[in-house]
Amino acid sequence: MSIEISGLGFSYGSTSVLHDITFTAADGDVAAVLGPNGVGKSTLFRCVLGFLAPSEGGILVNGKDMRALDRRAAAREIAYIPQSCVPSFNYTLLEVVMMGLTNRLGVFDAPRPEHKAAALETMESLGIAHLAHRESGRVSGGERQLALLARAMVQNARVLVMDEPTANLDCGNSALVMERVTALAGEGFTVIFSTHDPNQAFRYATRVLALQGGGVLAMGEPEKALTGEMLTKLYGVGMAVCPVTAAGKSFSVAVVTGGKTQ
Amino acid sequence: MLLFFGSFLLGRFAVAPEMLFRILWDAVRESFCRLFGMQPPAAGYTGQERAVVLNIRLPRVALSALVGAGLSVAGTAYQGMFRNPMVSPDILGASNGAGFGAALGILLSFNYFGVTVSAFVFGVCAVALAWFISRASRMNGTLAMVLAGIVVGSLFSAGTSFVKLVADTEQQLPAITYWLMGSLSSAKTRDLQFALIPALIGMVPLFLLRWRINLLTLGEEEARSLGVHTTRLRLAIVVCATLITSACVSVSGMIGWVGLVIPHFARMLFGHDYKRLIPASMLLGGSFLMVVDNVARLATAGEIPLGILTSVIGAPVFVWLILWGGADREH
Repeated sequence: MSIEISGLGFSYGSTSVLHDITFTAADGDVAAVLGPNGVGKSTLFRCVLGFLAPSEGGILVNGKDMRALDRRAAAREIAYIPQSCVPSFNYTLLEVVMMGLTNRLGVFDAPRPEHKAAALETMESLGIAHLAHRESGRVSGGERQLALLARAMVQNARVLVMDEPTANLDCGNSALVMERVTALAGEGFTVIFSTHDPNQAFRYATRVLALQGGGVLAMGEPEKALTGEMLTKLYGVGMAVCPVTAAGKSFSVAVVTGGKTQ
Repeated sequence: MLLFFGSFLLGRFAVAPEMLFRILWDAVRESFCRLFGMQPPAAGYTGQERAVVLNIRLPRVALSALVGAGLSVAGTAYQGMFRNPMVSPDILGASNGAGFGAALGILLSFNYFGVTVSAFVFGVCAVALAWFISRASRMNGTLAMVLAGIVVGSLFSAGTSFVKLVADTEQQLPAITYWLMGSLSSAKTRDLQFALIPALIGMVPLFLLRWRINLLTLGEEEARSLGVHTTRLRLAIVVCATLITSACVSVSGMIGWVGLVIPHFARMLFGHDYKRLIPASMLLGGSFLMVVDNVARLATAGEIPLGILTSVIGAPVFVWLILWGGADREH
């Protein structure tokens, strides 16, 4: 099991944020974390990354406790891809990707030519090599996220944590990013991502974790776990799941049917 | 390849002017010596000219290069660390601390060298105080540091005002005011020797760590997830930048502008990668302050304070770069 969360509880001081969370994701899994704003999705990810110490239970990534490893060793196991935002320092995409080398370079080292070639190769595999020398402020949000994905691959970690990777992206760009992410999972990476769109869970996830009030509301395969009833409870608004056939394929689609229920 | 490309750019834009200045000055020195050495009747005169060149001009030029390079590199490092391009090297109170130290030294009638040492010590103390306050606070790391820096800085500038208030208005007050305006006019070899060691102790690690500074610009969590010990790296940068800033301020007084704006020049010319940015800002800063100091010395019969000139010369260049500089980097 690549990510094993068992009986996790976390509190900031006396305020409990997460409780009794048990969830696993294996190699090749794409796990979607759903839940209303402020439910603790980001806190959960910070615990998984080892930034926060759980107050109860534990988390193992590839069988290792991230809190016990030093940052450099942890970075070989797990990579973090933040939300898409315009950076305040305008690096070129190649410079961004090469930052993934940190855990393999000495403190006084900088990337060498062979590193650059490897980084370009990774970018090529994601289809962004032609943008290597473009500044990150001058590419689309989707291309920026792909660069972060390339950085995670260069980092050589097999577990990817993505906090709302497609927030601020349009339909086309978010599909572009998520297609690449699922392709990586096909190569054996484990991905855990948070999203506000249940349809992304249907489309891309192999496992779902729905959080409510800091605890688990539902989990499992998307087709089974995500029901209209469950989503209605989760978001507090009437929702239904409908089967749809388009382009010769069948999809499950979540739709909002009614107003606020609470 | 990148390094090669970077050094090629550095060679074309920044090294050339600096080497040119060096060679020029060496030539001036040489020719002075040779000129007067070939006039046997004026042998007693020769020593004096030599002394002027070696003991006054040389330390001054070298100091202006050192201070310019030091302030720029400290500013560049801090801007990355605080993820804010509007940050200058005195963000953590180094300048205010040094100003207070100098004012106190003048008030207590220390000799010239004592004032310099006092300025350096208080500059370092101010930043150390800000660092410990921010460590003790439970707030977010960089925000706590900026706030602590502002608080400590204003505390020391209040201290400076108090010292001015109680100072003797005939001699001490003008001396303090003049010191605070920033000038290299009284630069001596001893200043150079004094400032060189702490400045180098700060600059060498910053130069070696330069690629890593990139990672801090990503923010705490992203940097940590990539495998950086952010607290250690930050401490290293603060220590280095403080040594540099305090050393520079203690010999030159408050010279604004250089540490804030030279990093932007360097970014516009050489991109955002700290691997190229750190050497570029050192060379640009050093060259810039040498030029400005030459103007300060030579433009009028008297001395123009350096702080005024850095702005007067720098502002038009900066405007030019804002308007046309960005386009050059589109490959």
